[in-house]
Amino acid sequence: MDTLTRIWRHEESRAVVIQILVIAAVFGSFGWLVSNLVTNFAALNKNFGFDFLLQPAGYDINQYLIEYTNRSSHLRAAIVGLLNTFLVAIFGIVLATIMGVILGIIRLSNNWLARNLTYWYIEFTRNVPILLHILLWHGIIINTLPHPKRALAFGDVSFLTNRGFYVPKPIAEAGIEVVYLAIVAAITFAVFFSRRARKVQAETGKQLPVFWTNLGVLLTVPVAVYLLAGSPLSFDIPALKGFNFKGGMHLLPEFVALTFALAIYTAAFIAENVRAGILAIHKGQREAAEALGLRPGKVMRLVILPQARRVIIPPLTSQYLNLTKNSSLAIAIGYMDLVATLGGITLNQTGREIETMMLVMGMYLLISLAISAGMNWYNNAVKLVDR
Amino acid sequence: MSDTQKYAPGSHPDLPPPPGTIGVIGWLRANLFSDITNTVMTLLSLYFLYWFLNASMSWFLLDAVVNANSRAECREMADGACWAVITKRIGQFIYGFYPVDERWRPNLAFVGLFIAVLPLLYPKTPFRRHMLWFSAAYPVIAYYLLCGGIFGLTEVGTNTFGGFMLTMIVGVTGIAASLPLGIALSLGRQSRLLSVRVISIAFIEFMRGVPLITLLFVASTMLNYFLPPGTTFNLLLRVLIMVTFFAAAYIAEVIRGGIQAIPKGQYEAAQALGLNYWQTTRLITLPQALKISIPGIVNTFIGLYKDTTLVVVIGLLDPLGIGRAALADAKWNGLSTETYMFVALFFFVSCFAMSRYSLWLEKRLSTEHK
Repeated sequence: MDTLTRIWRHEESRAVVIQILVIAAVFGSFGWLVSNLVTNFAALNKNFGFDFLLQPAGYDINQYLIEYTNRSSHLRAAIVGLLNTFLVAIFGIVLATIMGVILGIIRLSNNWLARNLTYWYIEFTRNVPILLHILLWHGIIINTLPHPKRALAFGDVSFLTNRGFYVPKPIAEAGIEVVYLAIVAAITFAVFFSRRARKVQAETGKQLPVFWTNLGVLLTVPVAVYLLAGSPLSFDIPALKGFNFKGGMHLLPEFVALTFALAIYTAAFIAENVRAGILAIHKGQREAAEALGLRPGKVMRLVILPQARRVIIPPLTSQYLNLTKNSSLAIAIGYMDLVATLGGITLNQTGREIETMMLVMGMYLLISLAISAGMNWYNNAVKLVDR
Repeated sequence: MSDTQKYAPGSHPDLPPPPGTIGVIGWLRANLFSDITNTVMTLLSLYFLYWFLNASMSWFLLDAVVNANSRAECREMADGACWAVITKRIGQFIYGFYPVDERWRPNLAFVGLFIAVLPLLYPKTPFRRHMLWFSAAYPVIAYYLLCGGIFGLTEVGTNTFGGFMLTMIVGVTGIAASLPLGIALSLGRQSRLLSVRVISIAFIEFMRGVPLITLLFVASTMLNYFLPPGTTFNLLLRVLIMVTFFAAAYIAEVIRGGIQAIPKGQYEAAQALGLNYWQTTRLITLPQALKISIPGIVNTFIGLYKDTTLVVVIGLLDPLGIGRAALADAKWNGLSTETYMFVALFFFVSCFAMSRYSLWLEKRLSTEHK
């Protein structure tokens, strides 16, 4: 008894005892769960393995970025699903960022009416669950947009219908490579010119017209080359054939609703992050910049934004991560993402709950950890050095 | 001789401000029409507001139908929203399939909830000390009130729970249970003990890394594999556990941010006073860390509350589930906008109230000099 008390009273030995107990408890419960699993599997005559991934999937997926038929394997179905997840995530992130930054800036505008309208819009959007947004937009597309026969047309090339959106599909023809080259060349020029201008300013104090020169080059050079090469790009325009549209690019209602809902929902959060980031910069910074004689645009670009970036980027990344994870709600409207393919139909067909869910969760975990790792690296790169 | 010479230098009485800078006109000038861009924005906003109000008022109210028996009947009467899909099933939207005769029990529990949380949320509540006892007992009272089984209350299965009642049950239980767990996890993550730290980090990162929907799938379909054969386990309880774990991981991260924001001098001072780990945690770390993290914690709560809608994917009948069931009925087919707008409004009101409360609390706890 005396020794036990002494061990407990002594800080370091107590730490060892606690750790041993914790490890024993965790491994014990894990062992208990796994032994239950083994018993249950034996009782049901099931075995554990991933060989089902190579069997033919036997179901159709209505949107695939890589070749897929219902004779492809479950593994391929899972990859198609994963790519669909990425597709929604990328489109959603781009849209959400654009909308979010614009909303965030309007929130800080000195116009009372615009500021307050945006405030109420943001509050309403972000206080409604994302699943509701998705279902609402999906419902609007399915129920209120017209049938293909009476589609809402935009210049006779794009059509909005309750079966999705039909837009012209660009088809590259021979000679398009020159245009790609021209775009690359213009971007290279712009980068070099900006560097040159910065150097000239540092040495002589002279400011070159960077923005207008670069804008001109970026716009005119590719267009000129495109026209000179004989417009090597044609469009496959959708047309009404019978009851539905043929040709062009068909955006499924599920895809449109999901992307749109995710973007709108996340944009409201991004707007608040942008606003908070800009407000976090001490007002002395702005005053000092103005006192130096910088114009409002430059105050923003050279003084406020570089500092606000440090505050904005971390929450922004977690918003991107949230958007990617929220895209898993696709299953509610039947968009075939990773959860709907591997964790949905494959699970139901093969009865491999444990294996499929392990793969699905592992995949999302991998994406999250990759984004957090990138985030930590960035945080370390830009953080203020504290002395 | 001009007026100006009547006053000695410095003794001229103050003149009123120029007429364009005060009152309504001054305010308008400063806030809506200060320059060209501002004026353009005002006009654009006004146009948008007019368009929005015009369209939504007629759809929501003026052309809306409240009483009808099917969508077709609605359409015959007016072009606006057909709220009949809600009004005909309002009972289900609120209580799910809870027995009609017993609906006073959820009502009573709801009133009790307000009495229980009032002393927690609002420190100036009269008789706060006595009411806190009720708050502590409330979970037990609410459980027996809703599920029955004692004092002659009929037993009601949790599979009948649904509608907003289910949202409240999952949301409130999740919020109440995830805060202590989140605090424990955040302390675990900062612990000196390696094993405690590793386990906390693994748990937090796993929960934050996967979508809630996959956790709910695990709860609904495969939890039985991990339990001794023959164990049955209430679905609602499984969902509650998963939701709590999920929210706790996020809360742990928020509180960790708060703990890390405390200056090192605070710990050094605590050590100098001879406080041990638990005393330091209870008296120095947590009061400061929790105060800093309130906005983040409330945001996580709002997130959890909104995430309760996901239970519809595993077949529980929350308001969305009830709404989808109504839409699957041939009579109401196609009225998705009305149904989802109604549910959206409910969530907006409750989440907005929570975020306002958080702002109020932040202001009250703020000790900084502004």
